[in-house]
Amino acid sequence: MGDVKKIATRESYGNALAEIGAEYPNMVVLDADLSAATKTGVFKKAFPDRFIDCGIAEGNMMAVAAGMATCGKLVWASTFAMFASGRAYEQVRNSIAYPHLNVKIGATHAGITVGEDGASHQCLEDIALMRVIPGMTVISPADDVETKAAVRAACELDGPVYLRTGRAGVPVINDNPEYKFEIGKGIQLKEGGDVSIVATGLMVNSALEAAELLKADGINADVINIHTIKPIDKDILVKTAQKTGKVFTAEEHSVIGGLGAAVCEVLAEECPTKVYRIGVNDVFGESGSAGALLVKYRLDGKGLYEQIKEKL
Amino acid sequence: MDNIELKKHANEVRKGVVTSTHAAGAGHPGGSLSAADIFTYLYFEEMNIDPKNPKDPGRDRFVLSKGHTAPGLYSVLAERGYFPKEDLLTLRKLGSHLQGHPSLKCTEGVDMSTGSLGQGISAAAGMAMAGKLDNASYRVYTLLGDGEIEEGQVWEAAMFAGAKKLDNLVVIVDNNGLQIDGPIEEVNDPTPIDKKFEAFKFHVINVDAHDFDQLRAAFKEAKETKGAPTAIIAHSLKGKGVSFMEGQVGWHGKAPNDDEYATAMADLDKIGEELK
Repeated sequence: MGDVKKIATRESYGNALAEIGAEYPNMVVLDADLSAATKTGVFKKAFPDRFIDCGIAEGNMMAVAAGMATCGKLVWASTFAMFASGRAYEQVRNSIAYPHLNVKIGATHAGITVGEDGASHQCLEDIALMRVIPGMTVISPADDVETKAAVRAACELDGPVYLRTGRAGVPVINDNPEYKFEIGKGIQLKEGGDVSIVATGLMVNSALEAAELLKADGINADVINIHTIKPIDKDILVKTAQKTGKVFTAEEHSVIGGLGAAVCEVLAEECPTKVYRIGVNDVFGESGSAGALLVKYRLDGKGLYEQIKEKL
Repeated sequence: MDNIELKKHANEVRKGVVTSTHAAGAGHPGGSLSAADIFTYLYFEEMNIDPKNPKDPGRDRFVLSKGHTAPGLYSVLAERGYFPKEDLLTLRKLGSHLQGHPSLKCTEGVDMSTGSLGQGISAAAGMAMAGKLDNASYRVYTLLGDGEIEEGQVWEAAMFAGAKKLDNLVVIVDNNGLQIDGPIEEVNDPTPIDKKFEAFKFHVINVDAHDFDQLRAAFKEAKETKGAPTAIIAHSLKGKGVSFMEGQVGWHGKAPNDDEYATAMADLDKIGEELK
C-alpha cells in the first residue's frame, strides 16, 4: 500500500461540491470563515453567487441554513466538526433536524488527525452527538472516492445529513470499477472467517493494513467499511458476527457513542457477540503531526493490528 | 383594513390566547397578549399571505423567534382562517397540531419551528437571504422578545442581516420590559435596544406596539428602506387587555384558572363591546 495516492477527504468534499454545483441550481454553500480549510473555497470559486460566508458565528450559520432550506435551497453548511457538532449542536438539533430540513452539514477536520492544532480542535465526539438526533443521517467516508460519492448521495437525499471528513491525506482505497456507494449499506472489503474488523473513515485503511499483518500470522479477517453510521447496515454486521464470533470496531473517534457503540447496539439485540471497540479511549487529543498521533493512539495499521492481537 | 377592524381582530386574538392557555392549563399568555396587535397587523394588513395556500413559495414569511408565545401565533392563524378556532382548545394536548412551541411540520401557516430562543431570527435571516439570491419579492418578518435578545445568537444574526444588507427582513422586538425572572433591566439589562440594532446596521424605528397608526407607518417605512434590514422596537404592555395580567411578570408563563379565565374574558368582552 506504500505508493497509494493520498488525498484529504476535506479536499474531496470541496471538489465534489464544485463538481456537483452545476447539477443543483438550488444548491448553496455556507461557511464560517474557514473556506480555505474546509475547501468550500473550491465551490466559492466556481459559484461565487451561491457561496455565503457567515463569518465566525456557527450557531447563526446553522439556523440561517435552516431558514434557506425552508425556501427550497439545498444547503451545505460547513465548518470544523468541533463547531458543527459541538458549538452549534442545539441549532442543528432544533432548527435543522426537528423540522427535518434539507441541510447537509459538511464537517471537516474531524478526529485526532487535525494534528498540530491540538485537543481543542480535535473533535472525537461528533459521531455520538449527531447520531443520537432523530432523522439525522451520519456519514463518515473513508477516502476520496467515497467522499465524492457521499456528497452526491447526500444531495439526492431529502433531509439532514452530517458528513464527516478529515484534514490529513488518506490513501485512496476505493478507486475500482466495482465500487458502489449507497447510504446505509456497508461494504465488504475482505472476506475472512477468524475475526471481523468493522471500520469507518480513515480507519478503513488501517483495518486493511491490519488485516494484511494478521494474515501473515495466519489470521483471516473479515473487513467491513461502515461509511454510514446512521442508518447503520444491520445485515452486514449480523452476517460478519455470525461468521467470526469476534468483532473489532475501529474509528478515529471516542470509543464512547460512536461506531463501536452503534455496532454494539445492533449486535446486542440481533446477534450477541464479543465486541472490542478500538478508537480514542475517553481522553482528549494533543498536538502533533497526524501520522505521529495515529501511531501514539495506536490507530495506524500496525497499532490496530497490535490491539487486535492483544485481545485474541 | 381600518383601525377599528384591526382592533376587533386583535381583541379576538387575545380571547384566543386566554381561551387556549386556560384550556391547556399552561402556556405563555403575557407575551402573547403584548404582541397581539403586532400579530394582527402582520396577518391582517401587512403580509402577502393566503390561508388557502399556506405553502405558496412567493408568500411573505413570519418566524416567531419568541416561540413560547405560540398561543398568540396560533390565535391569529385561526382568526385569519388557517384552521378552525375550536382547535385552540387542543393547545399543548397530546395529538394536537398545536404544539407547545411552533412546529412547521405540525401546523398550517407556521413557517419555522422555533422555541429555543435566538434561533428564529437566524432562520428568518436565512429566508431573507434565500429571497435575495432568487430575486424574490417576498418579505420576511420575525418577532423577538426583549428578554430573548440576551441570547448571543440574536446578535450573530443581526450582524449577518446588517452585513448582507437584508432589506427584505423586518425584526420586531416585543419590548414589554419583563422576562421570567423580572424586569429586563434587573435580570441582565439588554438596553438600549434601538442603539444596539443601529450599531448592527439596521434601520431602527420605535413604536407603541398597541397603536395601529404607528405600526402602519413603521411597516411602510421598513418597506421603503433599501440596503438595510429594519428593526421595529415595539414598546408594549405585557398582558395587554386583561386587567390583572397587565404589567405583571407572574403572567409570563402561567395559565388562568377558571375564575381568572372568566374575569379575563369579561375584560375582553367589554373591550369588544366598546369597539361595536
